[in-house]
Amino acid sequence: MKPAAFDYHAPPSIQETLAMLATFVRDDRNVKLLAGGQSLIPLMNIRLAEPEIVIDLNGLEAELSYVRLDGSTLRIGALTRHHHVADDPLVLAHAPLLAEATSLIGHAAILSRGTIGGSLVHADPAAEFPLAAVALGATVTLRKLAGARTLDARDFFLAALTSDVEPDEILVETVFPVMPPRSGQAIAEFSRRHGDFAIVAAAAQISLASDGTLADARLAVGGATQTPLACAELLDPLVGSVPSDGALRGALSTVAALVDPDADIHANADDRRELAVEMALRATRRALERARARLAD
Amino acid sequence: MPRITLTVNGGEHTLDDVEPRQLLSDVLRERLGLVGTHVGCEHGVCGACTVLIDGRPVRSCLIFAAQAPGRAIETVESLAPVDGELSPLQAAMHEKHGLQCGFCTPGILMTMTWFLREHPHPTRAQIREALSGNLCRCTGYTGIVDAVEAAARDVRSV
Repeated sequence: MKPAAFDYHAPPSIQETLAMLATFVRDDRNVKLLAGGQSLIPLMNIRLAEPEIVIDLNGLEAELSYVRLDGSTLRIGALTRHHHVADDPLVLAHAPLLAEATSLIGHAAILSRGTIGGSLVHADPAAEFPLAAVALGATVTLRKLAGARTLDARDFFLAALTSDVEPDEILVETVFPVMPPRSGQAIAEFSRRHGDFAIVAAAAQISLASDGTLADARLAVGGATQTPLACAELLDPLVGSVPSDGALRGALSTVAALVDPDADIHANADDRRELAVEMALRATRRALERARARLAD
Repeated sequence: MPRITLTVNGGEHTLDDVEPRQLLSDVLRERLGLVGTHVGCEHGVCGACTVLIDGRPVRSCLIFAAQAPGRAIETVESLAPVDGELSPLQAAMHEKHGLQCGFCTPGILMTMTWFLREHPHPTRAQIREALSGNLCRCTGYTGIVDAVEAAARDVRSV
């Protein structure tokens, strides 16, 4: 099918975009923001979305496509495309989870266009960037004509495909904490085919003390709840110890009780619950291995 | 309705009355007559419509033509150096039985043309991974993987 007709605007600056958006929202017009288009355009092609007005954000690439190291944070502009995230040296050094996640997002053609901001706002419960943002404790900054606000990624995702973005707001930036020394990050995912949406995925960051004991853990599971589930507290009892594989499995088996997955054609609820435990374990295990490899840092 | 100028296969084309809702795939086919770009699923899954934009593969059904001015677009029509000849990859697809009905072939050729520029010495596993965004429902992938491997060897030998 073909998209329904719409009015198209491609403003050249954030300020003009925000002003235009404010006017359309005030007039109660049905407006959609177009970033990479890898989720919105399919929805328009099959007419699940029929916006009256499309504001194309791609003219803002000069302002909103960047990766910057700022003290102990990594700031990523909302229009940074997936393939740029995958190859960025700062990402590889300070938030390698994001680069690893892009390898699971989709095929090269999707990575060419898709943007990190678009993925976060779209808030698919099984998508990799929302999962990584929740796991690592990222913040997102939203702007509207009247000002900006910053919120924790854990508060940004409200429900499946619903994020806390007002109709007159644009997500402009995501800020990730820089990976501490003696740390490892990993993402584990179960999907039917390479490049498919995950059925269940988990992302972890493990930080070790110089004696090799567990200092800090970050962990989230995606695809088994409406929004990515942060569950690092399950590893709290292991802090200060050198965690064995059995101890990890024991601590993470309770993930099953925290999730309340839906059943669909891809997997039933029991399978998803089991996968949530297994993916959490695999991500944590791999992050731990990587942290151990960096113990000499 | 707006006028846009597209740069396709090195040539500039100014088009009047392009509706904003027109997908690049449809404009390439219907306005420029470049019907080598095939349209399969129209929601970004099958890969048949893949073209190169600024050197990277893009689903031409997931970008509006109005978004493409100023970008360098390459379609399957650009691959053969002259009429009647084939690019090394096209020749290898022919020799290795990399196609039957040919519907998916333009998207595969464009994706693999990009892939071979980026990875001149690919392993079979890398080829299979790079192919995973393009669906073929008749030949199967073995012949296609063979063809990409052979093309990589061929390009290296020239």
